[in-house]
Amino acid sequence: MSEEIVQLTIDDVEVEVEKGTSILEAALKVGIEIPSLCYLKEINEIGACRVCLVEVEGVKALQASCVYPITQPIKVYTSTERVRKARKRAVELLLSEHDRECTVCIRNLNCELQNVADNLGIRNLRVTGESKNYPIQMDNPFIMRDYNKCISCRRCEAICSKIQEVHVYSAQRRGLNTVIAPAFMRDLGSTNCITCGQCVIACPTASLVEKEAIEDVWAALEDKDKYVVVQTAPSIQVTLGEIFGMETGTIVTGKMVAALRRLGFKKVFPTDLSADLTIMEEAHELIERLQGHGKLPLMSSCCPAWVKFAEHFYPQLLEHLSSCKSPHEMFGALIKTYYAKKEGLDPKKIVSVAVMPCTAKKYEASRPEMGWDGYKDIDYVITTRELGRMIRQAGIHFRNLADEPFDMPFGVSSGAGAIFGATGGVIEAAVRSAYAILNNRNKEMGLIDFEELRGQSGVKEAMVDLGKKKIKVAIAHGTGNARIILDRILNGEHYDYIEIMGCPGGCVGGGGQPILGGRDHKRISLDYRHNRADALYKIDMHSQLRQSHDNPDVRKLYEEFLGEPLGEMSKKLLHTTYTPRGLYFNLLK
Amino acid sequence: MQLKEKPVYKEIDAVIEKYNKPGGLIRILQKVQDMYGYLSEDVQIYIADRLKLPISEVNGVVTFYSLFSTKPKGKYTIGVCLGTACYVKGANDILKKIKDELKINEDETTEDGLFTLRATRCIGACGLAPVITVGDDVHGRINPGEVPKILSKYREKDVDTNIKNKDKVSCFRVAEYIKE
Ligand code: SF4
Ligand code: SF4
Ligand code: SF4
Ligand code: FES
Ligand code: FES
Repeated sequence: MSEEIVQLTIDDVEVEVEKGTSILEAALKVGIEIPSLCYLKEINEIGACRVCLVEVEGVKALQASCVYPITQPIKVYTSTERVRKARKRAVELLLSEHDRECTVCIRNLNCELQNVADNLGIRNLRVTGESKNYPIQMDNPFIMRDYNKCISCRRCEAICSKIQEVHVYSAQRRGLNTVIAPAFMRDLGSTNCITCGQCVIACPTASLVEKEAIEDVWAALEDKDKYVVVQTAPSIQVTLGEIFGMETGTIVTGKMVAALRRLGFKKVFPTDLSADLTIMEEAHELIERLQGHGKLPLMSSCCPAWVKFAEHFYPQLLEHLSSCKSPHEMFGALIKTYYAKKEGLDPKKIVSVAVMPCTAKKYEASRPEMGWDGYKDIDYVITTRELGRMIRQAGIHFRNLADEPFDMPFGVSSGAGAIFGATGGVIEAAVRSAYAILNNRNKEMGLIDFEELRGQSGVKEAMVDLGKKKIKVAIAHGTGNARIILDRILNGEHYDYIEIMGCPGGCVGGGGQPILGGRDHKRISLDYRHNRADALYKIDMHSQLRQSHDNPDVRKLYEEFLGEPLGEMSKKLLHTTYTPRGLYFNLLK
Repeated sequence: MQLKEKPVYKEIDAVIEKYNKPGGLIRILQKVQDMYGYLSEDVQIYIADRLKLPISEVNGVVTFYSLFSTKPKGKYTIGVCLGTACYVKGANDILKKIKDELKINEDETTEDGLFTLRATRCIGACGLAPVITVGDDVHGRINPGEVPKILSKYREKDVDTNIKNKDKVSCFRVAEYIKE
């Protein structure tokens, strides 16, 4: 691989880049950030918005720098009068049709359009277009769509088609009437959307946002008759800090717990505990299947976006899915049964809230299977971003909070539960336990860290030694990557255990996580997912407990209530069923 | 949730079989539209499922090309020319008048299924501006006041028109026809 190097100057500063690099990327090397909107590195390079215009000496027309490959020594000017004017015009045009109600907008202060307009110093609009007055679509429990805020950058389409390979969006109609929309401009709830929320993360404006449940949660907290408990997914503790300006990867477990108490939650529990529980159940399922009962490979089922993906696109493989509910649903079921009984609470009065990294959990909580006898396992799911907003609404100085521990019981969780939040974590955790169970709980296993199962590459495969048996495992994150493994299986390749996470990077890259404005986010960079995941592995490293089956709370739970993994009670409360939904026929009216 | 039973459209399957090759989508859509007169949501979904193409893409193609129609067409399609010549001579007022009369918008069909309204580009009869077409008939040099009369003709009876080939229409004959 001999990379050809090209020299050029940008605003008279010399710089060397590999041949083919875009001007926009080259400019970053000399510390110049060219404004951009439609650009997402390697995902959406379509030159549509014309915000990134620059002057190239000797070329008459201004050029879109995000799609201009450098092939020879050129001179680029990024901030001439002409460039500034043209960029302004491009943004003014977008703003002229935009519903510019920033003060009441969910993306206020974290919006790329607003940011670009401000950076360009746009103070008045010379043209104002007609407002389109589309009704807001919110006929589903997870994502709202407001076409009046859409700038047709097509980033949602790119991520949904190229990374997730679900293809919900495409350009509909033409000319001035073009919209980037699902087929028939339907509400996402009546499409094959897997509810992952990656499009929400990709959207530079408030055209796609999570459906908030904040007001419902406030109302429950206000209601003296209710007993409101909350659980937080493993990944929240490593991302929440970002909302308050902390570095990516900062661990804020203690502050998060303190903030939740101040908000008025009666009990604050870590979902990590039920991640341990999931592992117990799933490890036993794996062993059962390895012993010939049930289909191999076993596939993880803790990501509801992946589950819905399988229901739509691979219904023939549904039997492979573990029947485990996702951890927060398991926890929800236990809170209204085991915990209610133990504390003498009326389950009807308990309101169970889950803080989750994703929009798919909002969807999952609404599935009719997720409850029993008229109870819902979980009443409200809020995302990391929504929790951040609640903390801000309450005026809490998050950064100054003193650390507080989780509530007991359930307050103890293992490192294995924590790494659930990163791609590869579920398998690693399950294998730790399966190994110990198969080898009679030999603590000196020396097998605790499976480095080869970690990291951000899209598809990972490994042979894992379980002592008595070697098994072949595979890991994919992002449903586009999942297709690679699933197609291999359909072509007859053998695996024993597969972990699939719907979002790139796993839950740390979830669709409900903080949206990092500015450059990092524009690249949907893997870097921040790295940092977040590393933080989870750090928590694991420093845990007293590293294996789910060693968790005394989990043991107690089985002794006092559940009986055995995969026992009758477990099956009733912790397991679920799936529905083949098919490709598109389910959309027929 | 119950999985919907797969419907079978034998005629569509036959078309798909014939034209299912790379780049064949537009042909398939055209042929199917010829059969039903338009492409309903269900038909688009069916085609997407059979071809294993994203439904968003199929719908994108259908809505991009003006040759495709997603709603049933009325017996007569009214085309109001909004080309430059017609526009200058007040085509917009005529369009508005027709909308008021029929109580529909562009690209919609009247409830009785008689008329579908469309705005068109120049149809090459600028000498007669402003021009509308109803079915295969061309009506030129009209003013909004004449609209009700023209429409009622089609309402009363399904006028058998004497001008069939609108591409080669002779302007003078049209003019004569309208004056009667
Ligand atoms: S999307 Fe951005 S620019 Fe538009 S109203 Fe909201 S904050 Fe303002
Ligand atoms: S939530 Fe996921 S599947 Fe649904 S439209 Fe967005 S990116 Fe696509
Ligand atoms: S919804 Fe958002 S990401 Fe999609 S095209 Fe509109 S502005 Fe861009
Ligand atoms: S055209 Fe370059 S960022 Fe949109
Ligand atoms: S502009 Fe109407 S016919 Fe030419």
